[in-house]
Amino acid sequence: MMKIRAYIPLFIFIFISALIPVLTGMFQANFFLTQLTMSAYYALAALGLCLLLGYAGQISLGQAGFFAIGGYMSAMLSKAGLDPRLAFIAAVLAAALTAFLIGMPVLRLKGHYLAMATLGFGVVIEKVVRGLPVLGGADGLPNVPAFTIIGALRITGGKSERLANYLIAFVILAVCLTLMINLLSSRSGRALRALHGNEEAAAAMGVNTARAKLVAFVIAAVCAAVAGSLLTHFNGSIGPGEAGTMKSIRYLSIVAVGGLSNFTGTLAVGILLNFLSLRGVFGIYDDAVFGAILVVVMLLAPNGFSLSLPKRRKKEGVK
Amino acid sequence: MSGFLDIAGLGKSFGGLRAVDGVTFSMEENAIHAVIGPNGAGKTTLFNLIAGSIKCDSGTVVFCGEDVTGQPPFKIAERGIFRTFQAVRLSPRMSALENVMLGMHVKTKSGTLEGMLSLPSSRREEKMMTSVAMAALEDMALAREAEMPVGSLSFGSQRMVELARALVSGPRLLLLDEPASGLNMRETKELTERIGRLRDRGLSILLVEHDMSLVMEISDTLTVLNFGRKIAEGTPKEIQQNPDVIRIYLGEDDA
Repeated sequence: MMKIRAYIPLFIFIFISALIPVLTGMFQANFFLTQLTMSAYYALAALGLCLLLGYAGQISLGQAGFFAIGGYMSAMLSKAGLDPRLAFIAAVLAAALTAFLIGMPVLRLKGHYLAMATLGFGVVIEKVVRGLPVLGGADGLPNVPAFTIIGALRITGGKSERLANYLIAFVILAVCLTLMINLLSSRSGRALRALHGNEEAAAAMGVNTARAKLVAFVIAAVCAAVAGSLLTHFNGSIGPGEAGTMKSIRYLSIVAVGGLSNFTGTLAVGILLNFLSLRGVFGIYDDAVFGAILVVVMLLAPNGFSLSLPKRRKKEGVK
Repeated sequence: MSGFLDIAGLGKSFGGLRAVDGVTFSMEENAIHAVIGPNGAGKTTLFNLIAGSIKCDSGTVVFCGEDVTGQPPFKIAERGIFRTFQAVRLSPRMSALENVMLGMHVKTKSGTLEGMLSLPSSRREEKMMTSVAMAALEDMALAREAEMPVGSLSFGSQRMVELARALVSGPRLLLLDEPASGLNMRETKELTERIGRLRDRGLSILLVEHDMSLVMEISDTLTVLNFGRKIAEGTPKEIQQNPDVIRIYLGEDDA
């Protein structure tokens, strides 16, 4: 039996995503779509962290590092003449491999020790990206070619392709959300969630906890790398700011406000906050807003708000 | 040597304290074997050594002819040894049903990608797990609570969910760590009968317990520990008449 109820957030997400371009078209505000597309990619990176932090209970302060690996790898390879599709695949594989190698030793740590170790990883990536001349130093890499998916469908920031790119980004997001929801109500997803609940009990039931953590860590990294690569092609450039620790903290606060173990909340908050940030609503307090949000959430609801559907009863369909 | 579960010379120290000190015993298949002893006798440590959650300093654990000493808990579970915990350990935010389904992890095999893509193989398995777990909850009279987050159930119900979780995979050996602690008299009685029925159905159960009435009523064999050492072994009747045991339980130590 399909657990329809678990997919209700997905339907709502698709409905709202489809409604937005209609509205922006009506009010002749299609320029919003550019920032919404960028926000969607940032939200994808947050979605991966949501699985890792909210469901598997493992913190990472290095999510921006994987985003940067995806973005820079894709930029470098496609600038060197490789088909962006291959560059994309290589970039995502590179991030997955890095996550695997970093995750193996680091995920033995718990709580704030894991936070510190992943923070260290993020700092290393940021400094490498800033320091290596081949990666453009502080200027980053400009003139990244457009990403032709198939035929005339391509990821690029051109005005005429604004609506198409909005749709591409949101379709990708919807697909990833579907995969995540599927995962949660599967054997493997249950093992991940059991880690969060009680690691020792999960192990006693035969869950290879080290492996389960690694799976979540790699999936989170893949989400970030996909987002990093596609956003880089969309923007036509990437800079070291994307690898910054502050970016990792942003992802963290998005997941926290979204309700920690709540994919839809993460997406909604991720798109909204990034959109406002990109519109310049927060002005010079941009980063401060995300920091402040984190403080407030930790004080008021350290285990997450439940602002969307009642997630505790979303599993249904038992005959 | 029973050929089923053979513990030989098992030892574990915490700092200067010898929590388990060269314990040797064997357990028969399809029997209830209880480990008793006063507080701090090393019962739970012994349990954790068998279940793999802590590593021993010396000795061996041989299960069905295979040396499983020092293997991590998930490997122990893969061999069919399942346990409950002295303080109930569940995933409080998952439903009772999902917690029980977790107990079938070793009996199922769909991977992460199959789950993400919701492939037919994964969905079939999911359906099977749901119905087996549901039946297990029905057996515990907890069908109505199946969809509730397990953290919201009463302590007694949580214990039963935990027991159901340990049973759904059809364990070859069930380890129960003080299953009656925190239960009231009626619940303890029900549990005693239930454990007896499990043995009658062919299960092998190793039990650590404080509640003497429960232990004496259902155990086939008892091992008595004191200060980490085995001091007696035998049937309930033999143990009740053993002068060393009487001294420990009624003499200078409080029990």
